[in-house]
Amino acid sequence: MSVDAKQAPAEPTPLVRMRGISVEFPGVKALQEVDFRLFPGEVHALMGENGAGKSTLIKALTGVYTPAAGVTTLDGREVSFSGPAEAQAAGISTVYQEVNLCPNLTVAENILLGREPRRFGAVDGRATRARAAELLADMGLHIDPGSVLAEHPIAVQQLVAIARAVAVDAKVLILDEPTSSLDQDEVAELFRIMRHLRDRGVAILFVSHFLEQVYEISDRMTVLRNGRLVGEHRTSELSRLDLVSLMIGRELGALAEVERLAGQAGEEASTVPVLEARGVGRKGSVAPFDLRINRGEVVGLAGLLGSGRTELARLLFGADRPDSGQVTVDGRALHLRGPRAAIAAGIAFCSEDRKGEGVVADLSIRDNLILAMQAANGWARPIPRRVKDQLVEKWIKALDIRPANPDALVGKLSGGNQQKVLLARWLVTEPKLLILDEPTRGIDIGAKTQIQKLVAELAQEGMAVVYISAELEEVVRLSHRVVVMKDRAKVAELDQNATVDDIMRLIAHVDERPEAVAA
Amino acid sequence: MTTSATPVKGKSPLALPGRRSVPGRVVPVIATFVLFVLLFGVGTARYDGFLSGQVVANLFIDNAFLIVLAVGMTFVIVTGGIDLSVGAVVALSTMVAAAGLQAGLPAPLVVLLVLAMGSTLGLLMGLVIHYFEIQPFIVTLAGMFLARGLCFVVGVESISIKDPTFRTFATAAIPLSGTVSITWSVVIALAIVAVAVWVLHRTRFGRTAYAVGGNENSAMLMGLPVARVKVGVYVISGLCSAIAGLLFSLYMLSGYGLHAVGMELDAIAAVVIGGTLLSGGAGYVLGSLLGVLVLGVIQTLISFQGTLSSWWTKIAIGTLLLLFIVMQRVFMRRQP
Amino acid sequence: MTSTRPLDRFRASGLLWPLVALLVLLAANAVVRPSFLALRIQDGHLYGSLVDILKNGAPTMLIALGMCLVIATRGIDLSVGAVVAISGAVTCSYIAGAGDPTGAGAAFAGMGIALALCAVLGLWNGFLVAVVGIQPIIATLVLMTAGRGIAMLITDGQIITVRNPAYRTVGAGFLLLPVSILIAVAVFALVALVTRRTALGLLIESVGINPEASRLAGLRARTIRWTVYVFAAICAGVAGLMISSNVSAADANNAGLWIEMDAILAVVIGGTSLAGGRYSLTGTMLGALIIQTLTTTVYSMGIAPEITLVFKAVVVIAVCLLQAPKARAVLLRRTRRRHTPPDPDAEAAGRPSTHTPTSAMVEKVAQP
Repeated sequence: MSVDAKQAPAEPTPLVRMRGISVEFPGVKALQEVDFRLFPGEVHALMGENGAGKSTLIKALTGVYTPAAGVTTLDGREVSFSGPAEAQAAGISTVYQEVNLCPNLTVAENILLGREPRRFGAVDGRATRARAAELLADMGLHIDPGSVLAEHPIAVQQLVAIARAVAVDAKVLILDEPTSSLDQDEVAELFRIMRHLRDRGVAILFVSHFLEQVYEISDRMTVLRNGRLVGEHRTSELSRLDLVSLMIGRELGALAEVERLAGQAGEEASTVPVLEARGVGRKGSVAPFDLRINRGEVVGLAGLLGSGRTELARLLFGADRPDSGQVTVDGRALHLRGPRAAIAAGIAFCSEDRKGEGVVADLSIRDNLILAMQAANGWARPIPRRVKDQLVEKWIKALDIRPANPDALVGKLSGGNQQKVLLARWLVTEPKLLILDEPTRGIDIGAKTQIQKLVAELAQEGMAVVYISAELEEVVRLSHRVVVMKDRAKVAELDQNATVDDIMRLIAHVDERPEAVAA
Repeated sequence: MTTSATPVKGKSPLALPGRRSVPGRVVPVIATFVLFVLLFGVGTARYDGFLSGQVVANLFIDNAFLIVLAVGMTFVIVTGGIDLSVGAVVALSTMVAAAGLQAGLPAPLVVLLVLAMGSTLGLLMGLVIHYFEIQPFIVTLAGMFLARGLCFVVGVESISIKDPTFRTFATAAIPLSGTVSITWSVVIALAIVAVAVWVLHRTRFGRTAYAVGGNENSAMLMGLPVARVKVGVYVISGLCSAIAGLLFSLYMLSGYGLHAVGMELDAIAAVVIGGTLLSGGAGYVLGSLLGVLVLGVIQTLISFQGTLSSWWTKIAIGTLLLLFIVMQRVFMRRQP
Repeated sequence: MTSTRPLDRFRASGLLWPLVALLVLLAANAVVRPSFLALRIQDGHLYGSLVDILKNGAPTMLIALGMCLVIATRGIDLSVGAVVAISGAVTCSYIAGAGDPTGAGAAFAGMGIALALCAVLGLWNGFLVAVVGIQPIIATLVLMTAGRGIAMLITDGQIITVRNPAYRTVGAGFLLLPVSILIAVAVFALVALVTRRTALGLLIESVGINPEASRLAGLRARTIRWTVYVFAAICAGVAGLMISSNVSAADANNAGLWIEMDAILAVVIGGTSLAGGRYSLTGTMLGALIIQTLTTTVYSMGIAPEITLVFKAVVVIAVCLLQAPKARAVLLRRTRRRHTPPDPDAEAAGRPSTHTPTSAMVEKVAQP
């Protein structure tokens, strides 16, 4: 499906035009028939929630991935790059979210690596520094070109990366979340440079999760959701609220039962606290916050990516150590030394990074299911085979895990089934508090519904749940209370009557404070 | 030895003002140099005749092959790899050289043959490492087995070198002053150090090697010729091993499959003690040279002592290795 | 998918090719030298080439067992050869210096001290790897370098010979079969029992496959890594006893030289990936046997025994190429598309976009 731009382009022909781009990974369609246009002399924002396909689109453009379908033209000529080097040679430079430079080399080397001035075949260190200083000065930056990159804060490194990208006379500059670690002044500096480049006719593709920034700098935006294009608009013609709803989408129907269950649960939510956090925080991660979670209650955490929602959850589980505040569980103080302490206190945590931090891919469903329980028991007391089989059979059935073969390797399962295995691993330990970080991301709608239903049921049975999701509909539907996160801090706590619009307004609200927290 | 760590602790104050890079990166090398001077000072204080030009010259003479080996290893380690095959390639080189000369081949041809063989082995290992993505450790371990085994295919017994060209070359002394003289091996080793300094520090190839060691993925995204460099460093290491093998055959005047057993460990130790990060991305050729000299001084000290047995060398090397690895670890943790 | 058919299950276990290789080697020997398979009993002792292979392979098997568990946790232990030397050196020095150098008491005390020291060395390796966080290759390189020096320090650079019947039993004694074989098999059985009957095997594999997920699931990842290094060192210690006992002497220079490489090779041939995770003790034992048989074969074919190394090199490369996913892909690629997009996992390093498209229903409501 393709949604064409609403307005006919009065502008010159696009510099970059991608048509019907599809990218597939084994078992996953990351992009489906996406159209994209980029004009010279514009800042074009690429918007979408996590997993919408922004990075994939960029990588399809720069040749990191080869699309399964679709045509890309640059300057009217059809192109297909074999990798970033080739794209760069054609005038497409990319600056990534993580600074992709070499921290062990100097600023000058990083800017000019691979095209250093040479004399008699040798790299001319002095000329390299001089050329780099020239480029930096041209961008209005005062950085010692002879200093080692690692000595600079990330923000400066990011600017160096941009200097490198510009040094090749790029026609297209792709900035993939360059601002996620910059403070306000640094962002202003970056924007100054971006405008400078735009005015020179460079086409800039800009990805950011900070709406204010997007509205400040971009001329036009393309919105993706779930690997599909949902719209291309002039920034001035799209309100923030419309943008957020385009990004997040609204699901209708099919979840009535969940709603009903959640409603029931809501009535029965108790006021007996399971966990209370006071002033818990971690420098550079989440500002200190208070949080109380009651028995049988689902507390939703809403916020855009990078708002601190994941970081908050990790602190509650001891996956990262808080450096301030106290946590009590069932009234007893809990020292969060690490996951084991949290688990012993009855807390369970499903990470958003299912593959990296969740399932153990090369182990069977059976082994994954009992892993947490076994870890708590210690190695010397193996769970008897009979008990194991009962547990595994019970949970495979209860959660409808497919294939229902306990010996199947978890790595071969679909995302939804992996998520269920992960859930079951914790449910086996009968936790008091279950923290779910994006349990429904990247899984099909059937599994999504099943998992939400399960959460509602668990709460009804008295379990406390912290539920994080990028999909606000989900959060609102399931939660008794919603905690809104923004800029790595808790900004509001809403009761059960909160609507998606309330939350969106809080998230989209133009903030007077600096929009990013220093890393 | 604890004193060697002190300058490193002073790293931050040195590096902060003006954010000049040079001191920070050179500190490990300075530490090694200070260590070398200290060890030499200990020798001078305790033994008569330690402080003499010839003792210094002998350091180079007795370790010429190790210097060359460490130079090659520096390239590999700077990219974040490792080459365990160097000792075995040294042995194979001595064997091929000795057997070739014995068979009556002219000396220059033998030299070319050995150099070609070393480079080819390095090339093969590099290709397997890069294109099949198998850990360098395992590939070069296999290379080590292969080279050692090939030694014995050439011959099981030690073959002495009787070729007059080799013999003259090996024994010829180059007087530096009235009392001090060095051998051609030293000249060759130092020439190789000079070339290596140039290649690693002043060419695009060398700079790319650092980039690959710093962050291979970034280097790839920056459009650098990662494949060429990653394979190239193993070719260089193989070539250096072959040269070291030739120097070793000059030193021993024989070829033998059990020559240079465990020399790869000495080479790695010298490189690490010379301040090169095992994780890649930082290090100097001159640091490795200093590392070899430190190992040499320890050996000289132990031989001067007389009562201390040679195995103390191994223990001392192990201890130094540990010291420098832990230092690197602390060093790296402090970085953001 | 596991099949119920025994043959398929066997194939899936990864033991098929090592076993085939071993059988081919044995068959080749039998063809060249028909007496190869012959066994005879003399004085209640079993003799024959097969017994020799087992006996000579016993130290490698032991060390490979320890190495296997270390590798399963994504580690490697290069210091086992040095530990072998130290173990023999300590025992022989103790026995030689004891009041009664022929008594069983001296032998047992010496071996006890040696194994205790080995355990300490294992603790040291584990400390560097699990606590200080140094790469395993480098951390164990320290002891690999210094260890032989320590062994020579203990023996004062001499080859210490002892005449102690009790000690000699460990490496050269017979209980129908050579005692060293019995020890190796016993340790194998013990490890297999402990890792498979308790949850230890599962926890080790889990740590090796995904350390971070394991930590978040509440495993004591650090303790587990530490433990396997201690175990590997103790295995190496026992192997050191066997080697030194067999010749009734401690040779600090040559005892266990290159045995760490053989052990790693045995583990790899046995189907355990150097990337950690799933391991096979049986495969490891087969691997050690293959190496030993290879050595014997080369020997019996009249080729200089040192040339075995060439064959070993070929085997390592072949096995690694078969195991490496990239190499497999390259070797198996026939008519596939030029550029298959990399696995989405590659992207998961940043913000993963491993996204399954939702159903068409979402699609319909895309534009409110």
